Amino acid sequence: MRSHRTKSIAIRTPEGVVFSLHAAGPISRFLACLIDLSCVFAAISLVSRIVQIVAALNYQVGLTLYVLAAFIISIGYTIGFEWFWRGQTVGKRLLGLRVVDEGGLRLKLDQIVIRNLLRFVDSFPLFYLLGGIICVISPKGQRMGDLAANTIVVRNPEIIAPNLQELIPDKYNSLREYPVLAARLRRSISAEEAFLALRALLRRDELEPPARISVFNELAAHFKALVKFPPEALESIADERYVRNVMDIVFRDR
Amino acid sequence: MILDLEKFTLRRQKVWNELDEILKELEKDPAARMNLEKIKRFHNLYQRTAADLSSLQSFACAPELRQHLESLVARGVGEIQGSTRSVRLLSGLGAWRLGSIPAAFQRRLGAFRLAVAAMLLGVLFGGALLLLDSDTKRCVLPFGNLAGSPSKRVAKEEAGVNKSLERQKLVFSSQLMTNNIKVAILCLALGVTFGIGTLVLLFYNGVILGVVALDYLRAGQAAFLFGWLLPHGSIEIPAFLIAGQAGLVLGGAMLGMQSSSTLTERLRNVSSDIVTLVSGTALLLVWAGIVEAFFSQYHEPVIPYGLKIAFGIAELLALFVFLARTGQRGPRACVESQD
Repeated sequence: MRSHRTKSIAIRTPEGVVFSLHAAGPISRFLACLIDLSCVFAAISLVSRIVQIVAALNYQVGLTLYVLAAFIISIGYTIGFEWFWRGQTVGKRLLGLRVVDEGGLRLKLDQIVIRNLLRFVDSFPLFYLLGGIICVISPKGQRMGDLAANTIVVRNPEIIAPNLQELIPDKYNSLREYPVLAARLRRSISAEEAFLALRALLRRDELEPPARISVFNELAAHFKALVKFPPEALESIADERYVRNVMDIVFRDR
Repeated sequence: MILDLEKFTLRRQKVWNELDEILKELEKDPAARMNLEKIKRFHNLYQRTAADLSSLQSFACAPELRQHLESLVARGVGEIQGSTRSVRLLSGLGAWRLGSIPAAFQRRLGAFRLAVAAMLLGVLFGGALLLLDSDTKRCVLPFGNLAGSPSKRVAKEEAGVNKSLERQKLVFSSQLMTNNIKVAILCLALGVTFGIGTLVLLFYNGVILGVVALDYLRAGQAAFLFGWLLPHGSIEIPAFLIAGQAGLVLGGAMLGMQSSSTLTERLRNVSSDIVTLVSGTALLLVWAGIVEAFFSQYHEPVIPYGLKIAFGIAELLALFVFLARTGQRGPRACVESQD
């Protein structure tokens, strides 16, 4: 469920079309960071196992390889992943986050390098406290590295085109038996009201049964007050079914 | 007015799916190139999808569909408006020329001068502190071996007492490299504090240098000092100054004094130079780490100080020629100076 405190960043394309990116919250970013830290430790442990074999032959060479590999992994992990996975590391991918350019442009290698090198400052004094505070204060949810690199971390949900057929099944709709009233209803409902009802249908499974009954009861009462259908059209129709029928009339112009 | 969502979706779905397919292809391979026909088609699909999003924003409110189109348009904008198609990381590194370091260095010379000034000020301050109070070095110096008597250390080093390093040169070298690169990155990163953090770090390093140098000079150990410091210091100190330069360029862009550009534009203008300068710093520090572990730690009678000093001066001259001359042949980027 999307938090109401999520920061949205509206971007206007040269064509004048506006789209928005939803900034990731500090908690999800911190969790992604913890996952990434685990990956770094795992990779370093793996390297140390391999290096042990070299160290058995020559201890100094083995230790040198370990020092260099640990350094390269700790610095290069996020840079490499964010470059190859287009703004995602393992942690970000698991939590559905992505680093993007602040202006919606392609993410460049320079930006990735700068935002990751500036972790040194963001991690002051420990556990990314400074970066976290700045992330909360910043209007776009940016830490210092993001500010310097012109990047933002956004939620990257798996977006699937909505299936209207599933949402409003093409079943018998008793309200359609009264075309004049149906047309009046269609004209009476504002875009905001239609949006509200559609959202209620989309999120019905997120609601507890009593809350669901209450929501659809209120919506149905509101729509019933707009246009009065004969009682036989409403016979044995539950409030939720009534709202679905109304949406069918609103969004399907037959 | 409310849009007939079903008809709208049915009519446009094909366009959105085709755009999605092309975007997936481009995202899969950052180095992929399209032919002219495909570019035209891609642009057409993008414009149609953007128009659909615009209609959807004006009329009906279908949040999931709008989010889907927003995602397509956002990805499309990135591909179309992004400056250039990115190259593969390895081929990109291959294309990165050594000449880009002096070119970036010269473009940001003002920041370098400021970094040098901050460090020199620190050197003078450190020297003055030591003149005023001999106990200064115990408070200021981070390393125990520097806090002792210079003459005793020289005698110990020349007698070859410190043989433990002999077996650990490789490890010592790698530790020096990684530690120095971390400090250099910190020096750059502190630039985000409008350059103040970078200046403080440079000044502090200058103070340490000033205290150590004056301490050894007062003890009459000038030959040891230069023989010990110059072989790696002639590269390491300029490398820190270049990292400081990068930090100050970042700080300057954040401040944006006498600039009409927005913060975003200013940062975009300097990002490439900052990364080039910090890459150059890392390369220099790798060399300095090798020299420090394999050369600087040997003293007379193993290696004459004259030879070590000559080596250090030769390195410094080579670096000066590289930074001063090579950059003049390099491309002059038409970027706004933030120095």
